[in-house]
Amino acid sequence: MSMSDDTTAHVEGDPAADLGTGAPRANWPLYEVFVRGKRGLNHVHVGSLHAPDDRMALHNARNLYTRRNEGVSIWVVRADAITASSPDEKDPFFAPSGDKVYRHPTFYSIPDDVPHL
Amino acid sequence: MTVPDETTRLATASTPDGATSAPADLERELEDAFDATVSGEGRVEPRDWMPEGYRKTLIRQIAQHAHSEIIGMQPEGNWILRAPSLRRKAILLAKVQDEAGHGLYLYSATETLGVDRSELTEKLIDSRQKYSSIFNYPTLTFADIGVIGWLVDGAAICNQVPLCRSSYGPYARAMVRICKEESFHQRQGFELLMTLMAGTDAQREMVQDAVDRWWWPSLMMFGPADGDSPNTQQSMAWRIKRHTNDELRQRYVDMSVPQAEALGVTFPDPELRWNAERGSYDYGEIDWAEFTAVVKGAGPCNAQRLAHRRAAHENGQWVRDAASAYAAKQARREQEVAA
Repeated sequence: MSMSDDTTAHVEGDPAADLGTGAPRANWPLYEVFVRGKRGLNHVHVGSLHAPDDRMALHNARNLYTRRNEGVSIWVVRADAITASSPDEKDPFFAPSGDKVYRHPTFYSIPDDVPHL
Repeated sequence: MTVPDETTRLATASTPDGATSAPADLERELEDAFDATVSGEGRVEPRDWMPEGYRKTLIRQIAQHAHSEIIGMQPEGNWILRAPSLRRKAILLAKVQDEAGHGLYLYSATETLGVDRSELTEKLIDSRQKYSSIFNYPTLTFADIGVIGWLVDGAAICNQVPLCRSSYGPYARAMVRICKEESFHQRQGFELLMTLMAGTDAQREMVQDAVDRWWWPSLMMFGPADGDSPNTQQSMAWRIKRHTNDELRQRYVDMSVPQAEALGVTFPDPELRWNAERGSYDYGEIDWAEFTAVVKGAGPCNAQRLAHRRAAHENGQWVRDAASAYAAKQARREQEVAA
């Protein structure tokens, strides 16, 4: 999974089009939360929250996502600071890696009797 | 890994800006891709194309689920100050905090569908979105805290474990987190009841009384009977739901009866008995009139729950304002230092 799959940073279309009757309101910014489960692992995206500033985002992330020792380190990132690719695997964005089959070890045929290769 | 075949790439290249393909064709193509993902047990992720109905159904279901967690803090919160020991108080506080957390995981998942959680809160307190009818029943004694953990959270687990495989990625992932924590909820409830059952006659009666009051409402948590559940079929086709209401209800009954025996309590249903042919327990007819009434707002605590939620939201306004003002002041100071 790519880290930014869940981010709501760049939802296309008009999200609230058929949902709200209420007037738009000023809101705390959305933060995406990444937690390192333990030493030796990468930070992994776990969810999001709203907070008025970075510090409160970090505190709220601790209270929300690590109540049971789920992490040793947290990153919070404002969702609007994340630039995301399209998740569609057929997207042209990923095409450059699609036709370079020679980047994979299985591209090369080696006789079976050659050891350790 | 496969190399995309030449024809596909040529075809893509020859339709700049989609000029040669009609929107209807594009729509069908997107829908086919979506259907293939869902029927192939793939996961739909936030920025994928999805049918409007799928998005709306998810928003409705996940928001309702989130609201249930938030409202669900109230019946238990009622007993925090009256918990009989520091141990029970600490456990109950942790549990109620978990419920808040579950609500927030779910609001977070809903936001990936393009709604804002403050908007969902508004809808809850304006009664424009629902929450589980179970939380409209009162918690009359401390035994209710144990029974909520055992039966209400037990029913929730039955409902939620299959949702960990829901087709919408963020919902499924939120459910994985929630299910891990629900297990603590159910076990603390059962242990609380075992402690009471090992106590005095009055304490045992208190447990039985709580079970008598919560059993039927817990069965109603699975929603209307399959014949009266208009959304089930579509939700199952979309793999948002994995089982029908009645299937899950039966699973819950079958799980709960041996637990009641272990505890030494009975369920208030004279028709509850083992059916060897089906390999399941038969149970009596649910009072659907009561279910409908509670869903429509006529339960014992509907008005109280919503009034409390509304008051908590409104009374918290100054805290939100203060936090915003502080953040603005800090940002201004940082700018001044930089300048």
